[in-house]
Amino acid sequence: MKHHDLPIEVHDLTISYQNRPVLYGVDLEIKEGSFVGILGPNGAGKSTLIKTIMNMIKPNGGYVKIFGNSPKTGIKRIGYIPQRESVDWEFPVTVFDVVLMGRYGHHGWLSRIGKEDRKKANECLEQVNMLPYANRPIGNLSGGQQQRVFLARALAQESAVYLMDEPFAGVDAVTEKTIISILQEMKKEGKTLMVVHHDLASAKDYFDQLLLLNMRKVAFGSVSEVYTHELLQRTYGGKLAVLSEMATEVARTPEVS
Amino acid sequence: MDNRKKNWLVCFSIFLLSSLFSEAKQIGTGKDLYWMTQAERFLEMKDPSVQRVTLGALLMGLSCGLIGSYVVTRKLSLFGDTLSHAVLPGIAVGFIWAGEKNSFSLIIGAGIAGFAGVCCLSLLKKFTKIHEDSSLGIVLSAFYALGICLLTRIQKVGYTDQSGLDSFMFGQVTSLSSGDIIGLFITLLLIGLFITINFRQLLVTGFDPQFSKSIGIPNDFLQFLLWMLIAFCVISSLQLVGVILVSAMLVIPAATASLFAKRMKNYLVLSSILGAGAGVSGTFLSFLGKGLPAGPLIVLFSAFLFLVILLLRPENGIIVRWLKGRSERSRIIIENTLKATFQILEQKDFQENEITSLEIMKKRGLSRPEVEREIDNLASSGFCTKSFSSNDEANLPPQTVMILTPKGWEYACKIVRNHRLWELYLTNEAQYEPDHVHEDAEKIEHVLGEKTVRQIERLLKNPKLDPHGKLIPSITDIHQGSLPRPS
Repeated sequence: MKHHDLPIEVHDLTISYQNRPVLYGVDLEIKEGSFVGILGPNGAGKSTLIKTIMNMIKPNGGYVKIFGNSPKTGIKRIGYIPQRESVDWEFPVTVFDVVLMGRYGHHGWLSRIGKEDRKKANECLEQVNMLPYANRPIGNLSGGQQQRVFLARALAQESAVYLMDEPFAGVDAVTEKTIISILQEMKKEGKTLMVVHHDLASAKDYFDQLLLLNMRKVAFGSVSEVYTHELLQRTYGGKLAVLSEMATEVARTPEVS
Repeated sequence: MDNRKKNWLVCFSIFLLSSLFSEAKQIGTGKDLYWMTQAERFLEMKDPSVQRVTLGALLMGLSCGLIGSYVVTRKLSLFGDTLSHAVLPGIAVGFIWAGEKNSFSLIIGAGIAGFAGVCCLSLLKKFTKIHEDSSLGIVLSAFYALGICLLTRIQKVGYTDQSGLDSFMFGQVTSLSSGDIIGLFITLLLIGLFITINFRQLLVTGFDPQFSKSIGIPNDFLQFLLWMLIAFCVISSLQLVGVILVSAMLVIPAATASLFAKRMKNYLVLSSILGAGAGVSGTFLSFLGKGLPAGPLIVLFSAFLFLVILLLRPENGIIVRWLKGRSERSRIIIENTLKATFQILEQKDFQENEITSLEIMKKRGLSRPEVEREIDNLASSGFCTKSFSSNDEANLPPQTVMILTPKGWEYACKIVRNHRLWELYLTNEAQYEPDHVHEDAEKIEHVLGEKTVRQIERLLKNPKLDPHGKLIPSITDIHQGSLPRPS
C-alpha cells in the first residue's frame, strides 16, 4: 500500500489489440507533478498504453491503478486529449460547445450545465488565445487551432492528471510553442502530465522525464538519464523479432482461466 | 446568434414558398372543381380521415426529423435503410401468426425481425473483416428477399384479410388506424424524451467518442438505445411511407438541415420542422389528386425542400455562388477594359482624351461587338461617356468614341497601379525575373485591397516606376491630378 497516492501506477501490463500484442510486461510509477514524454516508434504501443490507463482497452494481464483505485472509478480524475483521427471534425458543434464538454464530467447525467461552467469554458478559451473563435464551427478551424481548442477543453476539466495523445500532431511551429508553454504552466500548478510525442529532437527540451516504449518499457527516468544514444538505439532499433512472434502466438491461443 | 436568426428566416421563407407552390397549383387548375373541393376539404380538417392522416404524417415527420439528425451526423444512413428492409419478414410472420392484419402482432414481428437484423450486423462485424457497408448490404438484401417470399406466399394462399398487407411495401395512408397514430405518438414521445435526457451525452459521443468514454459515458449503450429508437421510428412510419421509402425520411430532412445548421440544437429543430413540413405538404398534395400516393409524395416533397435549400442557401447556395461569380466576372471585365484605356492614353503620352473603339479592339484583341458591349458597360457604370465620331476618313464605319469620366480615370489608374506595383513587388521582394511577373499581376490586380497596396508601397518606399520602366500612378497622383490627366 506504499504507492497509495501515486497518480498512475501500472504493474506488469500486457495488452494485445485485435489479436496483435502491443505491450508486454510494462511497469510504471508516475509521481505527482511529473511531466512525462512518451517516446517510441510507430506501433510501439504508446497510444495503447494511454488508452489502457483510460480504461478503453482491457489489458490481458497486469493492472492499472489511478490514485490507488481501479481505472473505472479513477479515470474521472484524469483529463484526456485523444488523437486527432478519432474525432469527427464535421460534427455540428461550435468551439465553445467543445470546450464546454470538458465540464460534462463534473455533472451527473441529468444536472444542467450552469453559468459557472460557461465562465470556466470562456476562461480556458482565453488561456489558449481562442476566445475570438468561440462561435465558429469546429470544422472551420485549422489543425493547430483545433488542437488548442482541445487543450482548452482539457483545461476546463480541471483534472489533477492529464494524458495527451500526440497533441503536437499536425500543428505548426508557433502553435507547438504555445501548447508547450501552456503545458509548462500546468506543470507549475502541480498537474501531472503524460504526453505522447513523436519528435525525438524536441522531446529532451520539452519534458522532465521520458518513457521509452517499444512493445515493452525500454527505459523510464529523467531526461538526463534516459536520453542516451544506447537507450534510444534500443527503442528505435526495430522490434524484437522473437518476442513479437511468440506474443502473437500467445494471443491466438484461447485463454484458460 | 445572427446565424440562428438567418436559419429561421430561411426556414420560414421556404414554408411560404411551399404553401405558395401548392396554392398556385390549386388556382392554376381552378376549373377543375374536384381539386378545389379537395383542397377545401383538406384545409377545413373536418373529415376524420383527413385529420388522422395529417396528424400521422406530422408525427412521423417530427420523429424522423429528430432521430434522423443523429442518423445523418453519425453516418448511419445505410443502417436506417437496412433496418427498414429487415423488418419486412417480421411483418409477414406477424401476419401469419395472427391470421389477420392486426397492428400489434405486426409491430411485434417487425420489432423482432429488426432486432435479428441488428444482431446479424454485430456478428458480421465481430467475426469477419467485411467492411460495414458490405455487411449492411448483405443483411438488407437477404432480409428483404425473405420478406418478399413470405408476402407473396401469403397472397397466394389467400388469407381472409390480406388486403392491406402490401401497404407496408409502399405505404397506404387510407389503412392508417388510430392504433397506428398512437404508435407514432409514443415513438415521438420516446424519441423526444431520449434526446432531452441524453442531449449532452449524445453530443460528446458523436463528436469525440474516445473523449466521451474517458469521462465515463457509456457509448455503446447509447448507441444501442439509438438503434432501438431508429427501429421504432421505422416501424411506426411503415404504414405511411412503406418499407422502401422510410429511410428517406430519416435521411432527407436531416441532410437538408445539415446544409446550414452549425449547432446540434438548430440541427434538431430544423430537421424536425422540415420533416413535419414535408409530411403535411405531401399529404396535402396527395389529397389534391385522385390516386396520388401520400408516402412517395411526402418523400418527394422532402427532396424538393432539399433541392430548394441547396440552391438558395444564403452563404454558399449554388444560385448565390453563381450570382456572386457572375458579378465578380463582370467586375474583372470592366477593370480590364479600364486598364486598356489607360494604356492607350499612356501610349499617346496623355495628350488626347478620346479613345476609339478601334483602339480598344486592337489593344484587347476583341471583336467589335464585344468592345461595344464593354464600352456600354463602362458608360452605364458611369466610368465613361460615349459618342460617335463624325470623321469618316478611311471609309471606316462610324467609330464609337469614349472619354473617361473622373471616376473612371481614377479607377483605371488604380488598376494599373495594382498591376505594376505587384510586378515590382515580385521582382524586388520575391526575386522573380521581370519577364515572369506579368501573368501573376494580371490576376492579383483585381483582388489587391487598399490596405495591401499601402503595405507594399511602404515596403517598396513609394516607387515611381515598375520593373519595365513604366509609371506607377500613386494615390497622390490620382487624387491631386499631378499625373498628366488628359483633359
